[in-house]
Amino acid sequence: MAEIDKEARIEVTDGALIPDSAEKSIFSAWNISFFGALIILIILPIVSPDPYKEILLFIPDGVAKTFQVTVLSIIFALVVGLFAGLGRLSRVKIINRIATIYVEVVRGIPLLVQLFYIYYALGKLVQLPRMTSAIIAMTFCYGAYMGEIFRAGIQGVPQGQMEAALALGMTRSQAIWKVIIPQTFKIILPPVGNEFIALLKDSSLVSILAVSDLLRRGREYASTTFMYFETYTIVALIYLVITLFLSRIVAYMEKRLKINGRV
Amino acid sequence: MAEYRIQIKDASKNYGKVEALKNANLNIGAGEVVLVIGPSGSGKSTMLRCVNKLETLSSGDIWVDDDCVTDPKSDIRKIREEVGMVFQSFNLFSHLTALKNITLALTTVKHTSSEEAEKIGKQLLERVGLSDKEKSYPGQLSGGQQQRVAIARALAMNPRVMLFDEPTSALDPEMIKEVLDVMLDLAKEGMTMMVVSHEMGFAKAAADKVVFMDEGEIIETGTPAEVFDSPKEERTKTFLQHIL
Repeated sequence: MAEIDKEARIEVTDGALIPDSAEKSIFSAWNISFFGALIILIILPIVSPDPYKEILLFIPDGVAKTFQVTVLSIIFALVVGLFAGLGRLSRVKIINRIATIYVEVVRGIPLLVQLFYIYYALGKLVQLPRMTSAIIAMTFCYGAYMGEIFRAGIQGVPQGQMEAALALGMTRSQAIWKVIIPQTFKIILPPVGNEFIALLKDSSLVSILAVSDLLRRGREYASTTFMYFETYTIVALIYLVITLFLSRIVAYMEKRLKINGRV
Repeated sequence: MAEYRIQIKDASKNYGKVEALKNANLNIGAGEVVLVIGPSGSGKSTMLRCVNKLETLSSGDIWVDDDCVTDPKSDIRKIREEVGMVFQSFNLFSHLTALKNITLALTTVKHTSSEEAEKIGKQLLERVGLSDKEKSYPGQLSGGQQQRVAIARALAMNPRVMLFDEPTSALDPEMIKEVLDVMLDLAKEGMTMMVVSHEMGFAKAAADKVVFMDEGEIIETGTPAEVFDSPKEERTKTFLQHIL
């Protein structure tokens, strides 16, 4: 089992470019993109209320839905990921095999196809509501990625921790739950934050199942007014502001963890 | 009742083709303090780690009192409760305070109530001179302090035997004494101890027996005076010249 450098971030990043904390200039890439997008979002409806103000009033339901899908999916994906990660490290061959197959299968199928499959293909057997299908698909997909993060996180805890726990008479599972897992959270928090951002962006795919998320609301507006340019500009800017904001939070968490690093 | 607290009989351990331990025999009586010395890779740590089955012997047997460690039918966790271990790299649980490090095994393994565990934990911290550090995390403690907490953690289970795997090798010189002092106190109180270490001072002050190992074999066993002052074997002499 390889030990992971404590300073190293687990790079499973499909999220957003994490701002470099050393970059202090007001003209940093992050500042320009974030405040630039924010200013455009504020100025457009003031300068030209029709249609931008209308679009901005039409879309917020979609933002709420996007967050709903993202938050629920990430919570379920964390649970699935924890067990997938433990399964990948299990000494029981069959459990190990099942967990590994799960990860391989999920990583080999595009998320969009998984969404179609769960809603339309499996719909032949059980027709689930759109929202439920969307969350199941996102959970299934991101659970596999989370599993790999948990696996790396657990392996990143030095071997001596397990030995010390065993030497005190603990069972392996007591050692895992009381000693190893609590220490992995610190290691996996930044990559999990990153997956959250990635999942938020990928949640735009659920609009294909007519779940009225941010993108779907935009499409609804555009298709009745034919103002594609205006609508999708706003949609893109809102996604950008949200993900950049979240990436700053992830960077902040990472910094805090380094300061409090008790490892 | 077994004659010896620890009995190692014809113990061998192979890693693939490498023989880390060859036919080792060693008996440690109750209250005895045994120091195991030898060059790195001589199998001293391997032998120690086989006593609480962190490593499994390839052949041979080890008993702790009447419990056979190497018998697959015996409950190794019960035996481990009786055998405290202190590691070179301390291995304190980094997410827990000094006090919680000590109480965790009490509450999870022995099902001691948390009030009782805390009482025991505080007593032990006092015993190793760290009462003021109960709320500190391992990262906030010096190496010497961490190792003293680690000793207290092992003592919390009220073990009959303590194993020390190079307890001072990872410490800065000025911190070695504070750890050795705690170990000396333990020895005086009659704890049975098996110590892998090259601390001559500790050996002369506390050890009943010194065991010299080389290339997986026990070469020589005797009192500290016998082994250090008049070693019989050539290999022991050469080694002692190197470390003194």
